Amino acid sequence: MQYSETVMEHFRNPHNVGRIENPDGVGEVGNPVCGDMMTITIKVKDNKIDDVKFETFGCGAAIAVSSMVTDMAKGKTVEEAMNITNKSVAEHLGGLPQNKLHCSNLGADALHRAIQDYLDRKEGRVRRREDEPVEHVTAHEGHCYCPYCDMDLEEEAPYCIRCGKPTLIHYHD
Amino acid sequence: MENLRSFTITIEKAVPEREVIVQTIYLDHISGTPLHPQVKEAMTGYIQGNFGNPISQHKIGDAAMEALETAREKVANLINAKASEIVFASGGSESVNHAIKGAAFAAGEKKRHIITSNIEHQSVQKSLRMLMKHGFRVTSLPVDRYGLVDPGEVEKAISDDTILVTIMRANNEIGTLEPIAEIGKITRTRGITFHTDAVASIGVLPFDVDELGVDLASLAANQFYGPPGVGALYIRSKTRIMPLIDGGIQENNQRAGTQNMIGIVGMGKAAELAKKEMPARTEHVLRLKRAFTDRLKTIEDITFHGHPELCLPHLLSFAVHYVEGESMVLMLDEKNVCLSTRSACASGSLRASHVLIATGVDYAAAQGTLIFSCGIMNTIEEMDTAFDVLKDSIAFLRNMSPLYRKKRDKDREEK
Repeated sequence: MQYSETVMEHFRNPHNVGRIENPDGVGEVGNPVCGDMMTITIKVKDNKIDDVKFETFGCGAAIAVSSMVTDMAKGKTVEEAMNITNKSVAEHLGGLPQNKLHCSNLGADALHRAIQDYLDRKEGRVRRREDEPVEHVTAHEGHCYCPYCDMDLEEEAPYCIRCGKPTLIHYHD
Repeated sequence: MENLRSFTITIEKAVPEREVIVQTIYLDHISGTPLHPQVKEAMTGYIQGNFGNPISQHKIGDAAMEALETAREKVANLINAKASEIVFASGGSESVNHAIKGAAFAAGEKKRHIITSNIEHQSVQKSLRMLMKHGFRVTSLPVDRYGLVDPGEVEKAISDDTILVTIMRANNEIGTLEPIAEIGKITRTRGITFHTDAVASIGVLPFDVDELGVDLASLAANQFYGPPGVGALYIRSKTRIMPLIDGGIQENNQRAGTQNMIGIVGMGKAAELAKKEMPARTEHVLRLKRAFTDRLKTIEDITFHGHPELCLPHLLSFAVHYVEGESMVLMLDEKNVCLSTRSACASGSLRASHVLIATGVDYAAAQGTLIFSCGIMNTIEEMDTAFDVLKDSIAFLRNMSPLYRKKRDKDREEK
């Protein structure tokens, strides 16, 4: 099994599944093109994350990350929650396989977007549209990838940045 | 067919302190079949007393040579070829690499063009990409929504310097059977070498190299209840091809290196059984597939991929909308049902399947695709259990899917 026991535990029994009615902030990231999509809704009370829920379309890692990041955010102040990093989510899960690390990025990104949305609304700024395109998509539309591990590569990269193997031959889509 | 329920599939986890034996419902035969009991017997029988190198000029070598040639005869018989036209290899991928690179490099300086389709296996695609780096041109033909290649398009794509046409017999992700016989007629008339990656179909469906008009065909033992890591390439006599592995004179100078004798003995037995049992096997797996399909139709928002009739009898590919494939596979595995979400060869990859995208399936549905492939050891009762587990998993995952929520919101608005 490629996943840690903690990941599997969160995957089997994910915490905080759902969508808060009339949320104070909504964060949506990802796109079905890359296989993952995540929506986090938050309720803020006295500058603290009073409640947080998620909805996720994605792999086992994406679901476990959603469960973990919402657990981590609950009860924290807005500033503290904003400081939750992708790395710390992955660490709390006992690590993620190399090719699934981008899922942890998704989790923290969705949370940060939800908080940003809350802050924007508080300041009276226009909230983001739900179907706004996100950067995550571009990472998977690269033209070159590593022949050994499928990692996306820069056109002229001599080595794969993930597995370290020399990539003199580039495979194009 | 003998009593196939004489054993159940068991997986022994190699954890020293806590050895667990898990009973599973295995529905991933396209990734590899379990060993047929008689194949296992043949292999364990061989390993007891035989160790010789088939090309040694003594009794021990002769015994190995006899076993090797018997196996070759049986594999040849499965596809109506001559024994001298069979080259044993380490599996389907090696055979495909040999066929494509071997034919390309044997063709001489001036011939540089190869024709293929958009839905080939990675071993075909990556062999061709390698050749493109060496100056070869490749025309990759589109397929229709069932995954079918149009033979007319193949004919149109042929140019003066075309060396090779390589189109698969059956697609390993959606099961669609390509019109190989029609393409074979064209390549014969034009004098072009024709390779078919028949890994997913040989041993499952009848395959006759003359009827289909192929010059090269790749096959693998673990698609018809033989061992993994052994396969063969059919090379019609007088086909221009270079070896992939250089060295000794084994395999009629086409593949150097001492043969994987235990694997080959197993493959021979598996080929013999496949030929003998094929009609009964096909009937059995078709019945199971139909039963599973009927149950699936009771779940909303499931679409089926591939051709409804021109399809491998044991394979069914379908998209479960609003959920992602890997999470379904993991959840099913938790409940001891083994299915896959894509070709095993691409499991590490996060990209949507190139086969599904080529047939016009959208990205979300491609990511939510499952491949069901049953086998001769499965029972009709297992279809019920597997379906119930799948149904629960789909409900659980849809409940947390933002795509499913949006769909329900939309349905509500329309009402």
